[in-house]
Amino acid sequence: MEIVLKFLEKNGLVVAFLVVGLMILVADNVSKRLLNKKVPTPAVAIVFGLLLAYVGGTISGGEKGIADVKLFSGMGQLGGSMFRDFAIVSTAFGASILLMRKSGLVGAISLMIGIVVAFFVGLSVAWVMGYHDAVSLTTIGAGACTYIVGPVTGAAIGASSEVIALSIATGVVKATVVAIATPLFAKRIGLDNPHAAMVFGGIMGTNAGVMAGLAATDPKLVPYGALTATFYTGLGCLLCPSVFYLIIRTIV
Amino acid sequence: MVIYGVALLAFCYLVGQIFGEYLGSWLGVEANVGGVGFAMLLLIVVNSWLEKQGKLDSLTQSGIQFWNQMYIPIIVAMASTQNVKLAVSSGAVALLAGALPVAVCYFTIPYLTKAFKPSTEQ
Repeated sequence: MEIVLKFLEKNGLVVAFLVVGLMILVADNVSKRLLNKKVPTPAVAIVFGLLLAYVGGTISGGEKGIADVKLFSGMGQLGGSMFRDFAIVSTAFGASILLMRKSGLVGAISLMIGIVVAFFVGLSVAWVMGYHDAVSLTTIGAGACTYIVGPVTGAAIGASSEVIALSIATGVVKATVVAIATPLFAKRIGLDNPHAAMVFGGIMGTNAGVMAGLAATDPKLVPYGALTATFYTGLGCLLCPSVFYLIIRTIV
Repeated sequence: MVIYGVALLAFCYLVGQIFGEYLGSWLGVEANVGGVGFAMLLLIVVNSWLEKQGKLDSLTQSGIQFWNQMYIPIIVAMASTQNVKLAVSSGAVALLAGALPVAVCYFTIPYLTKAFKPSTEQ
């Protein structure tokens, strides 16, 4: 047994590949079978991740979640800032200048409004609930954009792990709410044509949530929502740790 | 070759991130200001340019696509290494800060849809 443990510790990153793969396999099944696709797989998987972090923190008493348990130290490598930012940059690959033109002025405006509204509403909530420093406020506001923008922003401006965890959770809540609420409100907000779907994708931006929400409303609308939502996370990662952070820094 | 794609991604990542670092120090902020965003912009521009030149074969693309597909797993790993135990006590922040913006956003959609109704509708 000791040999196995030592061996697994030595190969931490590879262990992490296996562990995350299994987590996503379970999350995918939970999403599809138990939750009837209402909550998208990434959201379920990230909740699993947060739960694992809680368990890890309880077992070890450390601050790095499950990575403080030696067997799972590779999760810290896989989820570290270098791999994370590298993978996130690659998501811009689906976007192109041609797509940008296609989404046009309405895409650009709904993206801007979507990010500004999410950021400042999220930030106001954090303010009311007792967070008064610029770094934490900006990170939670960024989390209200998407669960990617939050941690990217938090890491860039030096937020604490606790606040980054909150920003991830905030983004997951958003994605879940968008996925569940969209089919319920679609009619009332006139979400029944490609044009409205493009506005919707830009305003909400949280990719998994937008796609799940539109798929449940009308599968034909998914590509139109995805067209604008593709740019949301990138634009958020650009604006939140720069312009928005500087604004908040001067105000607070 | 696959490595061309990975290297291209690495190039965009490094240039964007270092730009963010410099911007941070230039602005006097101890932060990487928008590095990931700049890297993404650069990738979009380089990608569009290479595509026009016809220099982006499918293997090169798959070198980038692989990382594109890995980002959710990486985010899951990242989530599992945060200090969640400490964050749980303020979980209400996450619930409200996640749900409230969505509610506000729903209201803006009908107005935006109307304001930007495409004039050349068939």
